[in-house]
Amino acid sequence: MVWINAVLQGVLLGGLYALFAAGLSLMFGVMRFINMAHGDFIITAAYLLLALVTGFAIHPALAVPLVIVALAAAGYLNQRILLNRVLGKDILPPVLVTFGLSIIIQNALLEVFSADSQKLQAGWLDTASFKLSEDLAIGALPLLMFLAAVAVIAGLQFVFYKTPLGRMLRATSDDPEIVPLMGGSNAHIFAIATALASVVVAIAGIFLAMKTNFDPAAGPARLLFAFEVVIIGGLGSLWGTLIGGIILGVAQTVGAQIDTGSQVLAGHLVFLALLVVRPRGLFPKT
Amino acid sequence: MTTLLETRNLTAFYGDFQALFGVDITVGQGETVALIGSNGAGKSTFLRTLTGLLPAKGQDIRFEGQNIAGWAADRIHKAGIAMVPEGRRLFASLTVEENLLIGASGKRAGPWSLEKVYEIFPDLIAKKNNPGTALSGGQQQMVAIGRALMSNPTLLLCDEISLGLAPKVIKDIYEAVPLIREGGTSILVVEQDVGQAMAVADRVYCFMEGRVTLSGKPADLTKHQIAAAYFGAKNEGEAA
Repeated sequence: MVWINAVLQGVLLGGLYALFAAGLSLMFGVMRFINMAHGDFIITAAYLLLALVTGFAIHPALAVPLVIVALAAAGYLNQRILLNRVLGKDILPPVLVTFGLSIIIQNALLEVFSADSQKLQAGWLDTASFKLSEDLAIGALPLLMFLAAVAVIAGLQFVFYKTPLGRMLRATSDDPEIVPLMGGSNAHIFAIATALASVVVAIAGIFLAMKTNFDPAAGPARLLFAFEVVIIGGLGSLWGTLIGGIILGVAQTVGAQIDTGSQVLAGHLVFLALLVVRPRGLFPKT
Repeated sequence: MTTLLETRNLTAFYGDFQALFGVDITVGQGETVALIGSNGAGKSTFLRTLTGLLPAKGQDIRFEGQNIAGWAADRIHKAGIAMVPEGRRLFASLTVEENLLIGASGKRAGPWSLEKVYEIFPDLIAKKNNPGTALSGGQQQMVAIGRALMSNPTLLLCDEISLGLAPKVIKDIYEAVPLIREGGTSILVVEQDVGQAMAVADRVYCFMEGRVTLSGKPADLTKHQIAAAYFGAKNEGEAA
């Protein structure tokens, strides 16, 4: 039964990892942009929620949408003002610039919030759980996290394949040079893509704040998980991102069941094994 | 005839390389104009400059009375200039119908709609849910033309639409031109096939080495004049 439990918890944890990865995958998919500060944006969203709820005593029901709107707006402006300038045929400048951003964000968070690790108390969500059998239960928070991930992926899938905005985003991914001849502005479409990705980043940060302890240096580890998930799932596949998250989550919880200290290592090993067997991921974009 | 488009002394550069040297061209309302000339003569460069894909800041490109030189490409598109780019450039991950719909992003009013495009290119109806790039070359060209028409342009630019297509297919595509003109759209085609250009256009301009070397109504131009303008004076009489 402990193994079934480990797998079940891993699947739910996978939802959080899919949330980490979806924004990264989206930005890469639309504009071949590798955002090295992705994990730090997630941590920033977590701190923002913490500050609003504990610092300014704003009710979480209001603070959560505030964080989402703030991140989306910041993402749009960041892309429009800064990141669009380094976008081009060469993928190296965005990597370097966002690597610099990552360092700046970590130090800024350190200045404001200190190096102490923090966690947002989620009240009843922290403890509530549903009993599946005598010795099997799932927590309300992990379940909510997983459902949010499914909803986010389904929502992105809908936007991309059923709306005029999604049509424009996919067209831009195919051939950005021609898009202006269709009346689309690349600078605006790229910024919209980043704003969408930032909404997902905000949701990921909100759950991270409630689920685990975090500190200003916690971003790069999340970026690593996000990369692993995107590569396992296959670049450009949204549902693949969810599957990738689940695989990484299960690998980690089963690994922890084998040996408490090897949770993260087990995830990396499964990632490496899949990289050898399926270098283009499980669901590569055709 | 009212003038729709007029360029005066237009120049264009790729880095330090000058591709156009003072090009003056006019297109009247409802007129079909062809640009002919050999590879590298500057015809495509001229279209790219009109659409804003190449920088034209500080120059003189009058469209419906406004100087559009230096405008961003998406703004020029919304003003009513649509382009069928060389090589078609359909969006690979979009279906035929999505490719058409994306042309209508500017939301300009006018006679063109999905139904109207399917009316002039009925071959596309059965393929509307296929990926655009899974079609034959001729059908892809129809999608590219339809996509441009969906924006309800006042001026339609067509860059080498017959390139690489079989003669029968070229004929089918050019049969759509009168239907496009019926809607009041002016057309500027770049065409290497001189015969095709002469057949379809009210007026032609011949380009050589970035300059206009000849212009006029097809009926008024002799083969000698065209050959001289197309290949340069030294080859006069050898071709055409």
